Amino acid sequence: MFGYYLDLALRSLKRNKMLTALMVVTLGVGIGACITTMTVLKLLSGDPLPQKSARLFYPKINYHDAANSHGKASTPEPTMSYLDAMALLRAHKAKRQAAMAMTAVKVMPVKPGLRPFFTNVMMTTADFFDLFDAPFEYGSGWSSTEGAAGAPVVVIADYLNRKLFGGIDSVGRTLRMGSKDYRIIGVLRPWAPQPRFYALYLGGHSYGQGDAVFMPLETAVDVGLQPENELCFGQGDFSKLKTAPCRWLAVWVELASAGQAGTYRQFLSNYVQQQITAGRLHNKATALPNLMQFLTKAHVVPADAQIEAYVAFGFLLICVVNTVGLLLAKCLKRKREIGVRRALGASRRAIFAQFLTEAAIIGVAGGVLGLGLTFLGLWAVRQQPADYAKLAHLDLAMFVFTFVVALVASLIAGLLPAWRACVVAPAPQLKSI
Amino acid sequence: MPIRPILSSLRRHKLIVTLLALLVAFTCAIVCNVAFMIRQHVADMGVPSGVAESQLVMIESVNLKPGVNHIAQHRVDLAALRAIPGVTSAAAVDALPFNGNNWSTTASITPNGQNVAQLSVFNGTPGELQTLGLKLVAGRDFRADEYVPKHATANNGGLQHVPAVIVTRALAERLFPGKQALGRLIYPYSNGVRIVGIVNGLLQPGGGNGPDNNFSALFSMLPDGMSVTYVLRTSPHDRAQVLQLARKALLKVDPDRVLLHPQTFTQLRARHFSRTRTMIDLLLAAAFGLLFVAALGITGLANFWVQQRTRSIGIRRAVGATRGDILHYFQTENFLIVTGGVVLGVILAVGLNLLLMQHYEVPRLPLWYLVVGAVALWVLGQLAVLAPALRASHVPPVVAVRSA
Repeated sequence: MFGYYLDLALRSLKRNKMLTALMVVTLGVGIGACITTMTVLKLLSGDPLPQKSARLFYPKINYHDAANSHGKASTPEPTMSYLDAMALLRAHKAKRQAAMAMTAVKVMPVKPGLRPFFTNVMMTTADFFDLFDAPFEYGSGWSSTEGAAGAPVVVIADYLNRKLFGGIDSVGRTLRMGSKDYRIIGVLRPWAPQPRFYALYLGGHSYGQGDAVFMPLETAVDVGLQPENELCFGQGDFSKLKTAPCRWLAVWVELASAGQAGTYRQFLSNYVQQQITAGRLHNKATALPNLMQFLTKAHVVPADAQIEAYVAFGFLLICVVNTVGLLLAKCLKRKREIGVRRALGASRRAIFAQFLTEAAIIGVAGGVLGLGLTFLGLWAVRQQPADYAKLAHLDLAMFVFTFVVALVASLIAGLLPAWRACVVAPAPQLKSI
Repeated sequence: MPIRPILSSLRRHKLIVTLLALLVAFTCAIVCNVAFMIRQHVADMGVPSGVAESQLVMIESVNLKPGVNHIAQHRVDLAALRAIPGVTSAAAVDALPFNGNNWSTTASITPNGQNVAQLSVFNGTPGELQTLGLKLVAGRDFRADEYVPKHATANNGGLQHVPAVIVTRALAERLFPGKQALGRLIYPYSNGVRIVGIVNGLLQPGGGNGPDNNFSALFSMLPDGMSVTYVLRTSPHDRAQVLQLARKALLKVDPDRVLLHPQTFTQLRARHFSRTRTMIDLLLAAAFGLLFVAALGITGLANFWVQQRTRSIGIRRAVGATRGDILHYFQTENFLIVTGGVVLGVILAVGLNLLLMQHYEVPRLPLWYLVVGAVALWVLGQLAVLAPALRASHVPPVVAVRSA
């Protein structure tokens, strides 16, 4: 029976080519716009570390005076001073914990033909790689004793390894940065969480390529590398990074289970209370968001992207209403045909199915067009200067989703006309022939 | 044109009328809000920076050699840059509107007092005011003896003993509301910094369209970090050439340095707003697309409707209606339906705006957007219905006597 409906529907659609094209094009444009913006939104608001995002927490403390605890000043700040970060790390109250900051260095390649270039360096502590499940291709990270001793070692990213050493196992080789030599002890596999959540307040891009070089925090401080983002809040000697009243480190902790957050929160506020008693801190406000809460709070998804998605859905809505209207008008015009079919024995259900089939064909055609337009749209997004732009590609789930949206949209558009068609009484229509 | 018969005819086609009205309503609601968003983005892009934009070019220089006296180096570089034909003045600076190099600090008006304002710190060599084209509305430029090094490598410690500052009018008003700010002391740290001058406006390095984004202060600190931006003032048509020559001159002084981002201020601004620019294009495309789809829908439905009512049109013509009567009938009918849609659309537009206001930084939709939106849809409806209505008016009366 379906074959017959298909044949009838195609004949009917062919009878009015302009109108059919109109419905397919508007539906296609609506779907294309929706899927393009949805892909970008999904890309921006994804979970960068799904396997453990519920157990990763971001402790924050407050460096403002208690007196200023109104308005903006009362929210804990997103970075910490060296003293506080190290105190939290040394307490070992979490399963894993790491402190990190970003800096930029000049890499001096030994490979002929390569000029010196700037690259971003994460200065961090030993747990970093296990904490964020950063996978190693060759070698491994540094131990906490190596880190504390300020060993001149580095871990490099796969793309830097390819650029400098052609992708071979470069563990044991030397990397020259600035005027110092460092021994490469590990090479990461391609690793770039999107967004680069761990460094949102440290500088660099939120999306795109990951960091190129990782080195022990103590080593970096000893060499005199300056963090990219550093905010000073009090009086004192600013020239000594370790003791300066400046915040520049992000601390991440992994708890054994999400349920232990309460215990860690208690530890954090106890620590702050001690520091207040000691006269170092003045405000007892703390916070311990998990990874996804942290991202929401950081407004990492630009409002523009969300508004674009709303506008796209509005567009699709108008296209669907438009298609409903046009299908309905067509159906009203075909009352006589329906009357004849009913008189010859077609059931209401058959008429309903026939009209829905017609709507579904428009939907599928709209979906195919929409998919084409999505590719075009994503290509246009990739031409944008935004740092996430290069990542905008259609994935399989979105591909399937396109067709589901197209089909559902067209079936919704077809329901009303189909229902109107199947309630047509055959007798009056036949009378007037 | 009597409205009653049209209304009674519409009442018999509730479904199509409802759909048409909904189409108009949704279009009205979305297009009004989209148009408002476009207007806001355009306003964002037009924010004045306070500097002589059309006359400025800049180039960033990074010097990585250890042990360099950066302040002395800047002096040598600036002498070379000022010698370029067409350059009227030059300065070495750290922050500029839109360059993103934002050093933000809080300041109070009493020693260790409550913070009154969050301000952006601008530093530069003598001549910065003149180079950027900043107009003093009160006070004076810095004296030569007021300059101190910024101490970039020691966490910008210069701020702890800098003697003088020039603030924007907006910042002066925030610090000392309704009072004379000139000559007063402000306290970024425990040391007081005297306000020696007030300039009209200077946008913060991060940009922005709010009043707070003009809370900028120029301190008498000399940049001394490894990275510095040279700003040159020249005539608008010499900019490209001056930029070329500046590059050459700087490399001649020290070939080992890294030169980054040579650009005119116009380019800097365009780069800062590239995302906004795209957003405007997208929203414009969406708004016109929506109006186009709505117009197509109205035309399509009107066409079918005319076809369906050919016989009754024929009867009306047969009993004496003129072509004009039929034309006006369909036009009035369209007007009534669109009016219904617009009324609903205006309510939806306000609702949508309220919803957006809750979640995003969107101000209230001004009423005249709704008026313009309504008029636009009325015009659109009339244009869309014109062809079908004309076709209807050409139905010959003889149709009435033919059997359907």
